[in-house]
Amino acid sequence: MDKIWLVFQREYLVRVRKKSFIVMTILGPLLMALVMIVPIWLATMSDDTKIVQVLDESGYLKGKLTSTEELKFVNVAGTLEEAKASYLKSEDAALLYIPKIDLEKPQGIQLFSQKSTSLAMKGSLEKQVRQELEEVKFANSGIDQQVLDKIKTPISIRTVNLSVEGEKSSDVAVTTGVGFIGAFLIYLFIFIYGAQIMRGVIEEKTSRILEVMVSSVKPFQLMAGKIMGIAAVGLTQFLLWIILTSAISGVVAARFDLKRFSDAQINQTMQGMENDRDALQAQEIHEVVSAAQNLNVPLLVGSFLFYFLGGYLLYGALFGAVGAAVDSETDSQQFMLPITVPLILSFIVAQTIIVKNPNGPVAFWMSMIPFTSPVVMMLRLPFGVPGWEMALSMLLLVLGFIGTIWVAARIYRVGILMYGKKVNYRELSKWLFYKG
Amino acid sequence: MQPILQIQGVSKFYEAHQALNQVSFDVPKGSIFGLLGPNGAGKTSLIRIITQITAPDEGRVFFEGQPLQPQHVQQIGYLPEERGLYKKMKVGEQLVYLARLRGMEKADAVQRIKVWAERLNLKEWLTKNVEDLSKGMQQKVQFIATVLHEPKLLILDEPFSGFDPVNANIIRDEILKLREQGCTVIFSTHRMESVEQMCDYIVMINQSQKVLEGSVREVKSRYTSHTYQVEGTGKLMITSPDFKVLSQKQHGNHFQAQVRLEPQVGPNQLLRYLIERVEVQHFQEEVPSIHDIFVQTVTQK
Repeated sequence: MDKIWLVFQREYLVRVRKKSFIVMTILGPLLMALVMIVPIWLATMSDDTKIVQVLDESGYLKGKLTSTEELKFVNVAGTLEEAKASYLKSEDAALLYIPKIDLEKPQGIQLFSQKSTSLAMKGSLEKQVRQELEEVKFANSGIDQQVLDKIKTPISIRTVNLSVEGEKSSDVAVTTGVGFIGAFLIYLFIFIYGAQIMRGVIEEKTSRILEVMVSSVKPFQLMAGKIMGIAAVGLTQFLLWIILTSAISGVVAARFDLKRFSDAQINQTMQGMENDRDALQAQEIHEVVSAAQNLNVPLLVGSFLFYFLGGYLLYGALFGAVGAAVDSETDSQQFMLPITVPLILSFIVAQTIIVKNPNGPVAFWMSMIPFTSPVVMMLRLPFGVPGWEMALSMLLLVLGFIGTIWVAARIYRVGILMYGKKVNYRELSKWLFYKG
Repeated sequence: MQPILQIQGVSKFYEAHQALNQVSFDVPKGSIFGLLGPNGAGKTSLIRIITQITAPDEGRVFFEGQPLQPQHVQQIGYLPEERGLYKKMKVGEQLVYLARLRGMEKADAVQRIKVWAERLNLKEWLTKNVEDLSKGMQQKVQFIATVLHEPKLLILDEPFSGFDPVNANIIRDEILKLREQGCTVIFSTHRMESVEQMCDYIVMINQSQKVLEGSVREVKSRYTSHTYQVEGTGKLMITSPDFKVLSQKQHGNHFQAQVRLEPQVGPNQLLRYLIERVEVQHFQEEVPSIHDIFVQTVTQK
């Protein structure tokens, strides 16, 4: 046990003191903060207003196009040829040409520009022109715009989980979101740090230190210490990221006075909205909050930790075994594939089938198989999973990682002293039954 | 005196072949013991059994009279042929780590590392990363790692590979010093001249079987060809049926000859025979070198 502890210490300290670890620990939160701050910053910063010249021969749009912060409309007159010529001399963004059109079949609307126009600009112009033309058509057919607005009925269904204990407000978006974050973290962690285990073993193999090591440490102790040490490195990094990210975003939020901005934005979005929309939104916010409150947080956190560690141990052992079986990272591909496929598969299926039907047969079986259960179960959990399924899945995961650790330890034991030999699956399966 | 290591009927089987077949021998305490054999003979398999990296399929190994147990690892120092160090670790830290894995206290290890580093001129390198060291220096670090915990039994597999002659001599002297302090050394090498220089006993393994065992002198005398180099003045004419002249050169009054004794004939008889006829200036038995014995034993099979 104390040897595992020694190996653990070394694996941990060597990695934590590496420059790349320190750099990533500092850069990570900065990147995350950037991801959060940049969109807001970009939104606050208005783009240059683009001027669009409008040549309207139809007469439907005269003065109707409303200039926004992004687009400013300037009416021009004359023939198309003249307009084109004068547009070329100007530095304006585009020239919108609306010919005399048949309202039923509006054709021939063109946008001329010196540089390619963005999709967003094209979309916004199409929308405005469509709205204006529709309004003309409404008026022509005697429909009052106000009547039409009244007919439009926004619907939001309040979802409630009904059980013997009572009713619980739930929000699909919140539950999916929470599950997704948990599943994603597990997936990411297994991939990043599983690969580190493999690289660590390969490094030991290529540096020829292993024979010295195994003469004083049992291969299993070496593997166990390494897997746990790297897990501790990962957890340290995650923890530092969380602390630093919240610190950075706190500082930035105070600096930029984001509150004022978000209030302004809410006001902006609420402008022109009817009162019932307001109420509806308030209710939605209320539902999100109450759904979040209704999540069983201790259960979620507890199971997250369980599946996180279980999944990591299961895959970590296999990554270690792959490292032991090959001589260099380039040889590892053929053995990596069967490990990564179930992991990637569970993540892809998670995004489609399981989110659609969190209690269906696919979800059930994938949350039982230890190779997929860590990711899949995290997604299902917020939707509520029967106790027995949970227990069975956890039991299977424990059996699963004991199994993979057994397999990995056997491969590891033989593999680490095997140099310059290309191994295949047949060879590997033989290693499982080599005597001590 | 009880041997430090007893190997009794050890066999090891792998999938396709047998690596060791009923190998038995004792390693006397305080000796330098040569473990010889061609590549693939089974030496590494045997060493891995002694260091408990693998277990024998048959037979038993005793360390100081006790069946081999995990705690004996702390009494054994092993320098494998395929050896290396963690490249990204500082030399000093690495030595402490390896020493602690063999059961040493940290403070103890640090102290002894200082002594050894001083002895092998590595002192200013202790805070450097291993990858900054030359290959020879890395070998020195590995040697220190092997002997740091003051093992009773040292197993050195090709200890001189990678050393220049000067450093090889330094290491050889350290090995001899350790033996004086009571350490037993098992020495596996293909460099026969160092076996001749250093070893007290040898065991030779060929095709997974023990083919030769004994003290160096004993083995040599077993392989003696009863041939003598003779030089002197006079005209040499050997006519006796007891002696067979293998080669003879005559330069004027000076002769040189290679004479083999027939069985049951002693060197004194030859000497007496010669003294009566010529003046003997040089008389020496042709002793086979370990190298010759090695080649002879391996090719015989």
